[in-house]
Amino acid sequence: MSTTGTALDTGEQIGAIATLRRGIHYSPELTEGFRVTLLLALIASIGQVIVPVTVQRTVDHGLNAPGGPDVSYVVEMGIAAALAISLTSWASYAMTRRLFATSERGLATLRIKAFRHVHDLPLLTQNTERRGALVSRVTSDVDQVSQFLVFGGLLLIVSVGQVLVATVVMVIYSWQLALVVWVCFAPLFLSLRYFQQKLSAAYGVVRGQVGVMLSAIAEPVVGAAVVRSYAVEDRTQARIDEAIDEYKAASTRAQGFTAFSFSLGGVSAGLANAGVIVVGVWLGFAGDITAGTVLAFAYLVTLFVGPVQMGTQILTDAQNAIVSWRRVIGILDTPADLVDPGPDGATLPHRAADVCFRHVLFAYPGGPPVLRDIDLEIPAGRRVAVVGETGSGKSTIAKLLTRLMDPTEGAVLLDGVDVRSISQQSLRRSVVLVPQEGFLFDDTVAANVRYGRLDATDEEIVAAADAIGLGDWLAGLPRGIATQVGQRGESLSAGERQLVALWRAQLADPDLLVLDEATSAVDPALEMRIGQALERLMTGRTSVTIAHRLTTAERADEVVVVDRGRIVQRGPHAELAQQDGSVYASLYASWVAQQGR
Amino acid sequence: MSTPLVPMSVNGRWVGIAWAGRGFPAGARVRRGVVSERRSRRGTTSDGFRVLWVAIKREPWIFAVSTLGSVLFGALTVADAWVLGWATDHVVLPAFDTGEIAPELLLAVVALFLGVAILRAVGIVARRLGAGVMQYRMQAHTRRAVTRQYLSLPMEWHQRHPTGQLLSNANSDVEAAWGPIAPLPMAVGTVAMMVIAIAQMFAADLVLAMVGLLVFPAVVVANLGYQHYASPLMTKAQQLRAELSEVAHESFDGAMVVKTLGREAEETDRFAEIALRLRDVNIRAGRIRAAFDPILAALPSLGVLVVLAVGVARVVSGATDPGAVVTVSYLLTIVSFPIRSIGWLLGEFPRSVVGYERVQHVLEATGEMTYGAEPATRSAGGARLEVRHLGYRYDPEQSLLDDVSFTAEPGRTVALVGATASGKSTLTGLMTRLVDPDEGAVLLDGTDLRELAQGELASVVSLVPQTAFLFDDTVRGNVTLGADVPDGAVWEALRAAQADGFVAALPHGLDTRLGERGTSLSGGQRQRISLARALVRRPRLLVLDDATSAVDPEVEARILEALRSGAQESTLVVVAYRKATIALADEVVHLEDGRVADRGTHDELLARSPAYAHLVNAYEVAAELVGEAE
Ligand SMILES: Nc1ncnc2c1ncn2[C@@H]1O[C@H](COP(=O)(O)OP(=O)(O)OP(=O)(O)O)[C@@H](O)[C@H]1O
Ligand SMILES: Nc1ncnc2c1ncn2[C@@H]1O[C@H](COP(=O)(O)OP(=O)(O)OP(=O)(O)O)[C@@H](O)[C@H]1O
Ligand SMILES: [Mg+2]
Ligand SMILES: [Mg+2]
Repeated sequence: MSTTGTALDTGEQIGAIATLRRGIHYSPELTEGFRVTLLLALIASIGQVIVPVTVQRTVDHGLNAPGGPDVSYVVEMGIAAALAISLTSWASYAMTRRLFATSERGLATLRIKAFRHVHDLPLLTQNTERRGALVSRVTSDVDQVSQFLVFGGLLLIVSVGQVLVATVVMVIYSWQLALVVWVCFAPLFLSLRYFQQKLSAAYGVVRGQVGVMLSAIAEPVVGAAVVRSYAVEDRTQARIDEAIDEYKAASTRAQGFTAFSFSLGGVSAGLANAGVIVVGVWLGFAGDITAGTVLAFAYLVTLFVGPVQMGTQILTDAQNAIVSWRRVIGILDTPADLVDPGPDGATLPHRAADVCFRHVLFAYPGGPPVLRDIDLEIPAGRRVAVVGETGSGKSTIAKLLTRLMDPTEGAVLLDGVDVRSISQQSLRRSVVLVPQEGFLFDDTVAANVRYGRLDATDEEIVAAADAIGLGDWLAGLPRGIATQVGQRGESLSAGERQLVALWRAQLADPDLLVLDEATSAVDPALEMRIGQALERLMTGRTSVTIAHRLTTAERADEVVVVDRGRIVQRGPHAELAQQDGSVYASLYASWVAQQGR
Repeated sequence: MSTPLVPMSVNGRWVGIAWAGRGFPAGARVRRGVVSERRSRRGTTSDGFRVLWVAIKREPWIFAVSTLGSVLFGALTVADAWVLGWATDHVVLPAFDTGEIAPELLLAVVALFLGVAILRAVGIVARRLGAGVMQYRMQAHTRRAVTRQYLSLPMEWHQRHPTGQLLSNANSDVEAAWGPIAPLPMAVGTVAMMVIAIAQMFAADLVLAMVGLLVFPAVVVANLGYQHYASPLMTKAQQLRAELSEVAHESFDGAMVVKTLGREAEETDRFAEIALRLRDVNIRAGRIRAAFDPILAALPSLGVLVVLAVGVARVVSGATDPGAVVTVSYLLTIVSFPIRSIGWLLGEFPRSVVGYERVQHVLEATGEMTYGAEPATRSAGGARLEVRHLGYRYDPEQSLLDDVSFTAEPGRTVALVGATASGKSTLTGLMTRLVDPDEGAVLLDGTDLRELAQGELASVVSLVPQTAFLFDDTVRGNVTLGADVPDGAVWEALRAAQADGFVAALPHGLDTRLGERGTSLSGGQRQRISLARALVRRPRLLVLDDATSAVDPEVEARILEALRSGAQESTLVVVAYRKATIALADEVVHLEDGRVADRGTHDELLARSPAYAHLVNAYEVAAELVGEAE
């Protein structure tokens, strides 16, 4: 198995029917009690016919009854129609209610599944899509589908039903005229497919453009400091404006198609009306038909045209929803490369883990290998420092070790077990990475730290701070652990953010702790204090520390030197530093020089 | 003759219920208190019209076109009935009576029907396209205004407003605000149509018309009832959508943390909790809709039945003729559905008003940075920076920086040294006017930063922030930020930042796209691009906020060498911990708890300040300890 950072599925390949099928597969609730709902829908749709039919009959047999208006007939018809309307109204009520319930339940499931799946996607796949676009897939895209299912989907079915019912009634009145009506509508029906394709493409562009626009707006908001300090407001605004205009243009284009295809229905209706009169009169001359039938038929055409227009319009508007649905399904159809073996997977015992890289080769998707021939064994309980030039592949090793990515070739083993066959739950419990880019949630310090161990009490949290030497710093925070950290933790200083991330990892009580430049922004005195505290705490556990400040290497049991994707040296600091001309020796020399020693 | 008998959607909006917001609505946290959840109906309705009026004033021509289209459509819908009546009286009945027909008459029928249909189609296109164009244009205007505001509001304002909320303001709030534009032309057209239809009804038979008209107030009352019950739910749903996006946004932003700690299930729970609440609110809204929909549909039908009953009685008594009964009941059927478009319009109002107010909140935000008119000195050589009695606080109760003063002479290097959270980054922000001080002033070549004209400061001062921020752009775009810089200069800057090597190895060199926030680079690589961005401008004052924290010692040494080698004669202010960097400085400013604890050369401070020595010697002390242990 290989880690390929598969780009997210846009689902463009699958057709409307397939979309529906996949959609139902992911939201089984949608089909619950569907037959009953459909039955109710049919009853409700009869409601549309009652009044026209009543009008027609009362006019023919009541008002224009031979021998003068027949009042009692009209009243009876009226009462019967009123009762029928009550029944169909009730059916409509029951149907809508059910429809809302099933659609919303089904879509909530879809939304939640998709959200979860985004987190299950490989890190690299997550990175292929802009955050804004990912968010829109689990929020507004689902909303679009919901609107369609609730208002469009069933109406479409009902409309088709009505068209069929109207056709049957028309055929009963006069099959010739029914044929005329169908012939008039044939061009519309035939061109539908073409328009649907056009529309689907147009709405695809619109939905994609939403993501582009959101990212264009979000970027300078997140990077506000850079935009301001370099005074690139104008350029940034130009980029945003471009995205805004492109969205506008795409929407307008889609709207144009919609309007045009919808107006076709109106023209067909006019044709049908004229056709019925002309052919009706002509048939009348042949004696096949009466004036009453022609007039009744003119009325019936309405019953046909209405649902046809409704149906075409729903189809038109539905393209937007289908495109959205595909985007959501696209998430779920993208394989979660890092398959969790789940409960079948191995469970790591709660003790120091030993680590082994076996012939690991790794390449980022579409790129050259960034790690080659990595063979590395770290016995349990060892403190290892990984050092090397920037871009040499240290963070990549850390990500493989914690299974954020799987190696392209070779394997990573913990306690002799391939990480791919360890259950994620067990793996995440045992192995914790503090990444280079600290990220905090917009909440309190306490909430962020508790993320490491959910059942930790406030006392335990504070105790953990003391244990890693953060007590003094914590005491200096005006609101203590109740301090709000701001978005992404930005109300804290860069160093403080790292402290919280480290604290969080410590609370998680890992068997293998991987620190990727976790204290790069912390002042030396505090860093040393934390380093010593961690050393005590990590006794009996394994730790892998990546750092450019070589004090970590000096203190480690073993140093692993990475250079351009390969491990070039290993051993204790003192030994490596002696190897003249080696990568480590020169790194160390620079470090010492910097320290002004 | 056609459409009115069945429901329809207006410009792609399924009637009545708001087309869901796209993107990131704001977090409820912030929104609460901005707009009260429940507004009185009257308030919403009049506010809703006010919002619409803004749009009409802004786009009067498109509004006119789409309204005309709608009126045309309405008029022709009525005309359709008239054509049918005409065809019945002048073509069908005579033809069947006499058994013959003039071909011109048939031609006339075809021409009339088709003519009406084509004109109606034109009406539809004008209405739908017009409404769409108007809506999208208004959205674009507002989005431009909102994003301009984002770019001009100061950092402090940004720090107080979460990204999720700002995105929501620019996206779904804008969309909500202009939501009613979609059904607007239809509603206006409906009014026109109703006027025509009602006039015709009265022309046909006064009494029957009166009976039929009873339907209208009933429909209005039912609509108001619907609004009353549904609008609080819609507001609530909009709020939940906002929360949902905010959670999603933050959660995806922190995906790496979620993954490394295996918190996918908890994150999903957090999301699901809101998703399920949204589901429940939607289902509740659905029930209300389910109840009102059939009522609204049945009222006109019942009206028709009553008209028929009364009509037949009147025909019997000779007060009217059957034709009048048919006309009135037919007209009633025609207008009964479109009348609901007014309801859809009103139905959009609650969301629209909420969205509009939230957008207004951004547009009216004050605290925009004010600029003076002074130009910055552009002479060659470094600038002189003077920090004078600076005071700054984030928390009103606790000052962070207090009476900070120092001077960086042209071409000199000043190092800012201080413990974590001592206020160094805040100070660099003040020096580059990301924020303005509460007390004191920062002077560049003797001019207060606040007196400089907009854009002047950035032309002479560059800040390399502590956390590198890269744009989703090419390497070149990230370095030049759109400035017209020859590639040679870009490479030179990359070389000074020790980034030329890896950039050259990238698949497309300077044209390689870096992905959102530069994800495809390593931490140290990102930092060096960010450094090159500053260097390429040859600033007269360069401020480095711990800008080499993620690069290895060798590379860092080379960067320092490049900076020192004098290719750049800038004045330099560096935040640093490493002694080699500090030793380069002509003066060291030691910050302690937001105050200047001491100033002087590195050696002077080492000699006289134990706290300083403790801070910068920490590694050495630690190394000695290790050495002793061995
Ligand atoms: N998501 C990615 N896609 C493509 N290439 C990547 C990606 N992440 C890293 N790389 C490349 O892989 C190489 C190794 O990166 P890595 O992050 O492992 O370096 P590092 O040793 O941690 O460097 P630093 O010290 O700067 O953090 C770099 O050349 C980098 O450009
Ligand atoms: N936006 C903010 N809102 C509230 N408090 C803030 C904000 N930014 C920083 N602070 C607080 O101000 C103090 C100083 O922060 P600053 O970033 O200036 O420190 P620093 O000296 O740069 O630290 P470091 O060495 O960690 O980068 C910290 O206690 C921090 O919590
Ligand atoms: Mg790294
Ligand atoms: Mg800082």
